[in-house]
Amino acid sequence: MSEHAVNAHHPALRHHFDDLKQQHAAGTLGMWFFLVTEILFFGPLFFTYALFRSGSLDPSFHQAFIAASHHQNIKLGLTNTIVLIASSLTVALGVYFAQTNKKKALVWMLVLTLICGATFLVIKGIEYNEHFEHHLFPGDNFHWEGAPELARGAQMFYILYFCMTGLHALHMVIGIGIFVYILMRAMRNDFSPDYYVPVEVSGLYWHFVDIVWIFLFPMLYLIDPASKH
Amino acid sequence: MSDQAYEKEDFSHHVTSQGTYFAIFAALMVLTALTVWVAFQDFGAMNVPIAFAIAAVKATIVILFFMHVIHSPKLTGVILIGSIVFLGILFVLTFSDYLTRLWSMV
Repeated sequence: MSEHAVNAHHPALRHHFDDLKQQHAAGTLGMWFFLVTEILFFGPLFFTYALFRSGSLDPSFHQAFIAASHHQNIKLGLTNTIVLIASSLTVALGVYFAQTNKKKALVWMLVLTLICGATFLVIKGIEYNEHFEHHLFPGDNFHWEGAPELARGAQMFYILYFCMTGLHALHMVIGIGIFVYILMRAMRNDFSPDYYVPVEVSGLYWHFVDIVWIFLFPMLYLIDPASKH
Repeated sequence: MSDQAYEKEDFSHHVTSQGTYFAIFAALMVLTALTVWVAFQDFGAMNVPIAFAIAAVKATIVILFFMHVIHSPKLTGVILIGSIVFLGILFVLTFSDYLTRLWSMV
């Protein structure tokens, strides 16, 4: 009962919750519900990719996706995968340092997360620039130098590539915005082992964006790379 | 969720150790290397399922450890599995439409 009385006076406790524990449970649960909608938001893009790559609508698309993916820079894609997983580690450690009241370490983890996020976007930008220069952006300027019968499928690959990585990059930009806000609050000493739910739920969002990339990497960069000549 | 339910499952104060996080990171790095290695091998029709399986394992350990689902209330797991079921419905119903149409060309 005494714990309850302490919680009731905690400055971070919103009046509509009984205690901080309930507030934490509600906050994380709400974030999970949001992530469910995000899974279904990305879902149709993954479905469209599977439909076209399987070649079930147009058999030439199967080979076209392989040929188109050979224009992908695996080294940059791999670097970005490592950068993003590293940023998930720093986010997870950030939660740990918030829970253990190591405020300086928390700030550092948030800064490292932001650096990783920015690095990811810069590398993505370099890749996009390469695609633009090679006329691989879908539309009037799309120019396919490979086999002409694969041009349609190759353009479809790049439509999906730009939609999927573009939507993912948008999530990264939003994630960076969220983490700038979390960093500001961490520097203001808003968080404590009693109250760190904003760090936790922002982390959930960041890990979700990481998971999307974990699937995108083999789908967009690693389609039969050995057959490249 | 009743008061009793979240009192019983004490999750908000569970602290995952730094060692666990680093171990998960190392596992993700190994699996990333494996993904790249596997892509350059010729397993025929199995290449796609293998790549997907590795990605699914990576996603699972991120969800369980980085996202703390392993220490979260069961309700979180139910919501997560529910979302995967709905994604499955999206795939199965839409594929069952597209793949049963007599289209020679789109």
